[in-house]
This record gives sequence, structure tokens and C-alpha cells, in this order.
Amino acid sequence: MSDEAPAPAAPGVGVEEQSSVGVQVLGYTVGLAMAVILTAVSFYIVHSPLIWTPGIPMGLVVLAIAQMGVHLIFFLHLSTGPDSANTVLALAFGLLITFLVVAGSLFIMANLNANMPPMGQIMAMQR
Amino acid sequence: MNLLGKLTWAAIPWDSPLPLFASAAAALAILGTLGWVVARGHFPYLWKEWLTSVDHKRIGVMYTVLALVMLLRGFTDALMMRSHQAIALHSNGYLPPEHYNQVFSSHGTIMIFFVAMPFMIGLMNFVVPLQLGIRDVAFPTLNSVGFWLTATGALLVNISLGVGEFSRTGWLPYPPLSELAYSPGVGVDYYLWALQISGAGTLLSGINLTTTILKTRAPGMSLLRMPMFCWTSLASNLLIVAAFPVLTATLAMLILDRYLGFHFFTNDHGGNMMMFMNLIWAWGHPEVYILILPAFGIFSEVVSTFSSKPLFGYRSMVMATMVICVLAFMVWLHHFFTMGAGGDVNAFFGIMTTIIAVPTGVKVFNWMFTMYGGRVRFDVPMLWAIGFIVTFVIGGMTGVILAIPPIDFLLHNSLFLVAHFHNVIIGGVLFGAFAGYHYWFPKAFGFRLHSGWGKAAFWFWLIGFYVAFMPLYVLGFFGMTRRMQHYDVPDWQPWLIVASVGAGLIAIGIGCLIVQLVTSIRDRKELRDPTGDPWEGRTLEWAVPSPPPVFNFAVLPEVSGEEAYWAMKHAVRGGPEPSYGAIELPRNSPTGVVCAFFATVMGFALIWHIWWMAIAGLFGAWATFIVFAWRDHSEEIMGADEVRHTDLGARGQPA
Repeated sequence: MSDEAPAPAAPGVGVEEQSSVGVQVLGYTVGLAMAVILTAVSFYIVHSPLIWTPGIPMGLVVLAIAQMGVHLIFFLHLSTGPDSANTVLALAFGLLITFLVVAGSLFIMANLNANMPPMGQIMAMQR
Repeated sequence: MNLLGKLTWAAIPWDSPLPLFASAAAALAILGTLGWVVARGHFPYLWKEWLTSVDHKRIGVMYTVLALVMLLRGFTDALMMRSHQAIALHSNGYLPPEHYNQVFSSHGTIMIFFVAMPFMIGLMNFVVPLQLGIRDVAFPTLNSVGFWLTATGALLVNISLGVGEFSRTGWLPYPPLSELAYSPGVGVDYYLWALQISGAGTLLSGINLTTTILKTRAPGMSLLRMPMFCWTSLASNLLIVAAFPVLTATLAMLILDRYLGFHFFTNDHGGNMMMFMNLIWAWGHPEVYILILPAFGIFSEVVSTFSSKPLFGYRSMVMATMVICVLAFMVWLHHFFTMGAGGDVNAFFGIMTTIIAVPTGVKVFNWMFTMYGGRVRFDVPMLWAIGFIVTFVIGGMTGVILAIPPIDFLLHNSLFLVAHFHNVIIGGVLFGAFAGYHYWFPKAFGFRLHSGWGKAAFWFWLIGFYVAFMPLYVLGFFGMTRRMQHYDVPDWQPWLIVASVGAGLIAIGIGCLIVQLVTSIRDRKELRDPTGDPWEGRTLEWAVPSPPPVFNFAVLPEVSGEEAYWAMKHAVRGGPEPSYGAIELPRNSPTGVVCAFFATVMGFALIWHIWWMAIAGLFGAWATFIVFAWRDHSEEIMGADEVRHTDLGARGQPA
């Protein structure tokens, strides 16, 4: 393996076998720094006047997705290289299942809420 | 501070002799066996070769043994329920209500989590690496940890028989009944921690097998050359990886409700118990496919082998498997049509459910076309397969009936439902497990199981199944609901008596299986299979001697098409001696069994609120992992000479 292909350009791929320790440490450090920054920013914007208040939840969602991206690329070594077809497929499968479960749950629970009075009201009716 | 938490002498059920004597007998049996093993000096062998083994074949066998032992426990519960209901007209039967509720809860929990799951995972563990033509799974020690955590869960459920009580909520702990307000005892806690620990084990096993199938196959074994059982195992393990975290998260939320006063699923303070139904079935429906898909794979192998033909429609079978794998996550609402969702939601999930019948139908036709025109040999595994096809089609059709929301409103929680899911789980999963057990037993131990007793067991199981569960369909139409401790409708009783007779027939079937195992071990010389290929097999596991040497394949096979072994044995037999090379083998490790010991301590302590012991258990499990992670040598080298010696020895040739 190691004598066949040159080290791919994408961060992380095959680092275990191919790169020197220094390159690996650099990759992980960059990842860690970005993760810390994204975390700090998300804590900061909750109480800052920087963002229009109703937009804060959406801002947090964006930061969370960016955080996932950082983790996948720098820590889980996801890339578009030919070696990571399995990884990309696994990610796609995971996204599909997460989508099905989350969207299905919202579909079901929203419909239940629309069809039934809130639980407090039922309890009050039973009294 | 109370050193023993909620645990007092009152936890032992002194006043109810049935569980007291049962648990005492079980404890004596375990201690007696252990004592015998130690006294005869077998313990070092047991410890070195089995308990600490990371060999996928041994782990697979241990999973299967766990499943068979737990089958006896779960079936005892079933016998008690059937005999109780047969006499409980206008009376209380012989099981008091709180005990009866524990019996049906533990029956369901044990049969799904500690019989069906370990049986299927055991067979996958044993067979998949052999079929893929490789020497081991991707993560051998992780595999061992997974098995032992499953065993921990089983142990905790059985401890509840003698110390405290088990859950009374049914096999799924629906809130608000399972919340602290309505189940203040330790029963639900036993359930929760047993399942959290064994669920973690199952997830580890799923990760291991998924990686094994995707990343480590023999040279030339492309995905579309894999035997069908590997495909269904892949689908099943993908579902484990995707679904079991949902179970863990859902049960964790219930644990937070019960232990730390959270309100995820409570009636008050904004809790919503309907979210629990939603989440638990988002795991629960994939779970039934996790169980049935490997069984489909077993039947594919068995039908093809005993029809002496390649599997009909291999690619359509792969497609059907993967379609089921995805559709499994789109149907879960059909378990709670009656909960109050509107017509459009119910219609969507009803239609998705009926769609699943299509790929399943594809599979049934493929099996029938495989048999058509083949020379069908009616050995024991094939009998189970044919019994499965007939029984499963009936169970599948009653499932399609239940998938129609208006009909479900009439049949929900009735015995019709109970009959339906036993129809598919016994007729599908269990028959599949027994087919696999008979089919691969000679591979695992080098001798066949006695076929006469096997046929007797099959017929008692098949007839017993129909006698036990067809009356339940009728009772469902009569309006009898499930889990009734007593009833006052005289018309029901004759049907319940017939059902209990059926349970008795199944008991004889289980007896036949036990006799079969004992006589086969006694007559193992006559039943020996020197060839390693007793059934004229078509896949790679039959290319190695029986039992397979520790390294499986002395020389890795080169695969050049589907049905690798069939092509190989017709190309060259008795060719020149292969050139043996040194092999790296994973070192055995006590990580799994030690980790599980501490997990048991931790689980027991958490159930009884013994906090210092829970911390000690958690620390012990963590320390075990740290010790394992610092290990310097994870592999041993077996030299070429020893490989040659072992391989020729296993093949019965002079070395």
C-alpha cells in the first residue's frame, strides 16, 4: 500500500500509514482549532447582538452542521478520494436513515398533536 | 448513607415458591457445572480456549449456546402462560397477577433479545468469515466484548428472578406505566440496564460484522460474488448499526425520567409518552428485519444446497434484501395505528407496510424456483426451510391484513396480533435458526446431528406451532385481547386448551432437540464427517476441514465467480500441496469476559441504587479497556510448518 500511491491531498486520508507524525499532528490541530472556534462562536452568539434574534436558532443549526463537517473531515478522515467510497456510502446511508427517522417522527408527532388536544387538556377533562 | 441501596432481604421472593425454587435450581445448576469444571481440572482449558477466545468460530458457538439456554428459560415462561390461560376461566389460574405480568414481560424480552438475537448473531459470526474466505473478523477482541456484554444482559434478566422482580410492563416498557409513578419497583430498572448493556454489545457486534463484510474479503470476492447469507448479514448489521443507537437513546431517556426526575415521557410537565412509542418502534421495526434477514440468508443457502442448484435470481435476491433494509425504516407507525394519528399518516405507513411484502414475495418465489427442477434432498435443514416457506407465507399474509389501518383498529392488541408475530418469528426466525443450526453443526464440530431425532423435532415443532397459534387467530377474531390474566368468556376456553396442547407438542419438539444433541455427541464417531463437506455445499465454508483450524484457510482462496467452492471442487481435487506460509493470528484476550464482569456489577448496582458499587463497576470496565489498549502484542505468528501440520491434521492426512 505505502509504496504504491503518493499521499493524497485531502486532509486525513490514509494518514495512519503514509504521513509523518508532524503532518498528522498538524491536521488534528487544525481540526481541533476549528472545532473549538465553532463551539465558542455558538456559545457566544446566543447572547450577542451580532445576529438578528429570531435568526439565532438557524445560526446554531448552521454552526452545528459545520461542526459535523469538521469532525468528519479532520477526525474521521472523510474525503472524496477513491479509497473512501465505502466511507462516503456509509455517510450517505447514515444521512438517509437519520432523515427517515427525524422526518418520520416529525410527520407522526405533528399529526398527533393536530389531532389530539394537548396532554394537559386531557388531564383536565378527566378530573 | 446506605451501603446496599434499595437491596434488602425482602428482595428475595420468600413468599412465592415458584420463582424462588426456579432461581435456586438455576443457581445450583450453574454453580454445580462450574464446580464440576473446576474439580475435573477443565477450568484452565475453558478459560484459555473459550472464555477469553477471540476466534469468531468459538464466539459464534458461545452465542448459540447462550441462545439455546435462554430458549429453555423463555419457553418455560410460554408454557406457564399457556397452561395458566387454559384454566383461568372465572378464576385466577395459578399465577397471581403481578407474577403473570412478569412472566409475559420476561418471555418477550428473553425471546427477542437473548434467544433470537444471539442465535442469529452467533450464526453470522461463525459463518460469515468462512464464507468470505478470510481468517478472522475485522475486530476480534471487540467481537468478544460484544458477546460478553450480551451475556451480561441475559444474566441480569435472570438474576431478577431470584433478587427483586422483573418488569411488568410487557416486552417494551411503555410509559406512563413504566414511569416511576406506576412502576416504583426495580423490575423496569432490571429491564432497562439489561438492555442498555446488551444493546451496547449488539452494536459492537454489528460494527464488527459490517466492517468485516465491507472491508475484508478473500481476493476476488467482490460484493456481487458473496454468498446470499453474507448479503443478508450485511443488511442485518447495517440495520443494527442504524437502529440500535435509537433504542439506546430512547431507553436512556426513560432512565433519566426514572432516576433523575426528567420528564421526557411523563404525563405532566410537558412530557409526551407518545414520543416513546414513536422512538421505540423506530428501532423496533428495523429490529424484526435484523432478525429475519439472516434467516432469509440461511434459507437461501439451504434451499440452494439441498436442491443441488445455484440460487435462482441471485441479483434480484440481493436487490430485495437491500430494498427491505431501507424500507424497514419507513413503516414503524403500523405498530401504533390506533394511537391517534390522522388518516393520511396511517394511510402512508399502511401503504409502505404492504409494499414490503413485494421484496419478500420476490424472495419466496426465488426459493421456489430454486427448488423447481432441482434434485431436492429432504435432509433436516431442508425440512425446516420448507416448513418455513409455508408458515412464513401465512404469517406474512396476516401481517398484510394487519397493515390495513381500519382492520388494525379491530385487531390491535388482540390475540390475532400475537398469533401473527409468533407466526413470523417462530416460522421465520426460529425455523431459520434451527435450519442453520442443523446445517452448520457438522462444520463447527466435525460430526453431523442425528437426523432421525432432527426430523422428529421438526415435525413436533411444526405441528405444535400450528396447534398452538392457529387458535389464537380465532380468539383474536372473538375479541380476546393479549396479556389477560383471567377472563370470563366460556367460548374462549376450548381454544385456549387447544393452544396449550400445541405448546405441549412444541415442548416435545424441544425435548427431541435435546435428545438429538446428547445422542449425537455420544455417537459422534459414527456421525463423523471426514470430508468437511457433508451436504455437497456450494460456498467457501465447506472448503475447509470440519471443525475448521484456528486460521480457517491455510492458504487464502482465490475467488473467480459466484459459488466459489462449487467451482473450486469441480476444477481441481487433490491437486498439488499448497505452499504454506506463516499466519498472523489475533491473541486471545480476557478483555471481553472481564469487561462483562464489571458491567454486570455496574448494572446490578445501578438497579439497586448502590452508587459506590456502580462507580467501582464502571471504573473496572474502563480500566480493563485501558489495559487492553496498552497491550504491546496483539497478534501471534503461527509458523509455516505449524500451519501445514495443523491443516493436514485437520484434513485427516498424514502430516
